[in-house]
Amino acid sequence: MKWIKVGAFLVMVGFLVGVAAWMHPFGVPWASEMDDYFIANAQVEAGANNVVTSVVFDYRGFDTLGEATVLLCAVVGVALVLRRTRR
Amino acid sequence: MSVVVRTIARIIVPMILAFGAYVIMHGHLTPGGGFQGGAVIASAIALLLVVFGSGRLAGHKNLLSLLEDLGAIAFVALAFLGIGCTFFRNVLAGSGGLFGMPVPPGPNPGFLNTGGTLPLMNWAVGLKVAAGLGSVVLLLGLFGGGDDR
Repeated sequence: MKWIKVGAFLVMVGFLVGVAAWMHPFGVPWASEMDDYFIANAQVEAGANNVVTSVVFDYRGFDTLGEATVLLCAVVGVALVLRRTRR
Repeated sequence: MSVVVRTIARIIVPMILAFGAYVIMHGHLTPGGGFQGGAVIASAIALLLVVFGSGRLAGHKNLLSLLEDLGAIAFVALAFLGIGCTFFRNVLAGSGGLFGMPVPPGPNPGFLNTGGTLPLMNWAVGLKVAAGLGSVVLLLGLFGGGDDR
């Protein structure tokens, strides 16, 4: 039983090291058409210097709407769990 | 808490609020935005809660939920402004009016009067996040049990 655990551990370590060695280099995306479009046009189209804000609030506004909904659900959940049912 | 902590908190809380307002207000120019600035403001509420106890803040629970609803409604209403083209269309950008100054492309120091609906949405989301996280912290302090002093 002990050797099975050690073997599984070694296989996992080998897998992770291999994945890290074969990993795609950081900062060199396969497809960069979208990034180039945002960097080239966001300043003029959305009128903001901060490209991140123009992506979050303009190009992908639905994502922010969902995040706001998640926050609302969190508040409702906390209020439901922590409500005072009886004195 | 002791009088030292209370005095320091009275000095520091306005600074935290001013920094949060700055992060929200300059969200379209510098790193940060509605979510981050709202979290900063909520941390000021958490500090007040720790220092003064939840009993002093219990009356503001309805105000916080009202502010959160207001922020959510303002956000969706600003999104509906562009319904003539698409939902979330930035109608104010480059129009010349409020927040409508066209931005010169390339590196520039940034102008506050730009961004179209982005600064307004930052304010709406900042209000929503500050009130939401603040009410979560306040509810935990009120109903979490135990002595909070």
